[in-house]
Amino acid sequence: MIRIEGLTKSFGHDRAVDAVDLSIAAGEFFALLGGSGSGKTTLLRMIAGFERPDGGRILIDGEDMAQAPPHRRPVNMMFQSYALFPHMSVAKNVEFGLRQEGLRGDELRRRTDEALDLVAMREFAARKPHQLSGGQKQRVALARAIVKRPKVLLLDEPLSALDRKLRETTQIHLLDVQKRTGVTFVVVTHDQDEAMAMASRVAVMNAGRVEQVDTPRALYAHPANRFVAGFIGATNLLQARAGGQGLLAEGVRTLLRPSASIDSAEPCWVSIRPENVAIAAPALASADANAEHGVVEAMSYYGDHTVYYVRAEGGAMLRAARFNAAEAGPVFKVDAPVTLSWPATAITVLRS
Amino acid sequence: MTGRGLFRRSVLAFGLAFLYAPLVLVVIYSFTASKLATVWAGFSTRWYGELIADEALLEAAWLSLRLAFISATLALALGTLAGFALARFPRFSGRTLFAGMVFAPLAMPEIVMAISLLLLFVNMGEILGWPSQRGFLTLVIAHTTFTLSYVAVIVAGRLAESDRSIEEAALDLGASPLKTFFVITLPVIAPALAAGWLLAFSLSLDDVVTSQFISAPGATPLPVVVLGSVKLGVSPKINAIGAISVVLVLLATSAAYVVQSRRGRRLRQRSGL
Repeated sequence: MIRIEGLTKSFGHDRAVDAVDLSIAAGEFFALLGGSGSGKTTLLRMIAGFERPDGGRILIDGEDMAQAPPHRRPVNMMFQSYALFPHMSVAKNVEFGLRQEGLRGDELRRRTDEALDLVAMREFAARKPHQLSGGQKQRVALARAIVKRPKVLLLDEPLSALDRKLRETTQIHLLDVQKRTGVTFVVVTHDQDEAMAMASRVAVMNAGRVEQVDTPRALYAHPANRFVAGFIGATNLLQARAGGQGLLAEGVRTLLRPSASIDSAEPCWVSIRPENVAIAAPALASADANAEHGVVEAMSYYGDHTVYYVRAEGGAMLRAARFNAAEAGPVFKVDAPVTLSWPATAITVLRS
Repeated sequence: MTGRGLFRRSVLAFGLAFLYAPLVLVVIYSFTASKLATVWAGFSTRWYGELIADEALLEAAWLSLRLAFISATLALALGTLAGFALARFPRFSGRTLFAGMVFAPLAMPEIVMAISLLLLFVNMGEILGWPSQRGFLTLVIAHTTFTLSYVAVIVAGRLAESDRSIEEAALDLGASPLKTFFVITLPVIAPALAAGWLLAFSLSLDDVVTSQFISAPGATPLPVVVLGSVKLGVSPKINAIGAISVVLVLLATSAAYVVQSRRGRRLRQRSGL
């Protein structure tokens, strides 16, 4: 569907996008995830045709579109600011794209109504954009972008202008529209929850490069490198080297014994997710491998779960998250001595 | 009334008097029976009668209006293009020079512009044979030259603060760049275009300095005629001209106010507020 090969773009001396290769399948809900300055928006704007790449190819259905102007590409975009035409009614906004194709009369009206129905905005067809709420504008922008049935729909931070409650229902709505139309969606977002919840696959971007492309589950469970492990969710990241029958990690006294075999003696990093770290009173825990004594230094209460920040005996600060279910066990106060432990399968060894 | 209320009211009264007392006086003294513009000698409409009978003045007024209309329209077209180029194309060769040249007439003393235009026309007449003498056409060129800078500033400013992605959205939906400019960009900046045209119109209408150098017998705008006649002593006829223009401006402003408040009410009704 879309193949991106060696795509590069610099602004002055800044490499905004650096030799990116990606391939996105037809009908996929794909997310480009990254912090600000990671190059995700520039990549999206190059696919739309608003930025001209310095090098590389953008193949859409096998045709190289890298140098084509935006009005000749089979892609449409939903803008972060929605970019509704302020002097046109909702219906005029939505039919604009169809009119450029030369569509008139009944067919024009039918397809405009169809798109408005898809986002449940038909009754607002006569309104002007300034008479709509933020959520309504978002839906009109979606209808306008999808009415031409593009091969690819690009969405630039589609939820960033909405408040939190609305964001959840809109996520579900976007998924629903994508499923019903079968259009390939490419979403740019800086919000990992958004990317994880909606996308079938996520490309994690950093400093103009793609660090990893995978399903949300695989990204979280098997990060390819330190950046992805730290970027997706919270984690305990420790530098380590092979020693004895396990790994010796900096700041931790206990021997780490991962379930996977340790094949080389080179220094590496280990990642242990906080929700896999069990916290217990010291008397109850055995100081075996994969267990470490420590003292609670701080805690944050989030309602459904609590995060404990524990200073390990070896000096490292470890995070342990615990769900606040009804029978979750004792609550630990600051300065309480505790023992942390984790299963062997929770240790992810990272080579880069 | 409290002390503060009194203070506020007197500040307001002083401010209004400062702005409008001279205008009120012009209107009053246009009805004087005296031959001197500054002396009150009983009520009379005599000067209005003389004004209507003065064909030279009326002709000059008509010329001024035509000149202002044509040069404001030309300045709007050229100034909009210049403003668009400056606001939408961040990099092209000679951009800084172009920007400097577009905005220079705003900062330059008008008399410098006027003399240089005079020199240009005289030399062109000698070398190219055109214009053989100065007249309406040279006035139009001169007024367009200095008013288009104002239009360019207003348009560039408006474009700089408008959301660029609206134009990108039109391109994305399949409109060509030219169509996008006419169907999206121009309607969105329409209020700025109207403001630019009005400013150019009024700048041209009351321009003296440039007109003085470029005008010729038979093509003299009203302000130059008025200034010329004042040298022989201010006649209450001038007051009458002043009074008429005050009334015209008053009518135009109130019409604009009525239209605008009606539109505002309609919008509020439609959005259910």
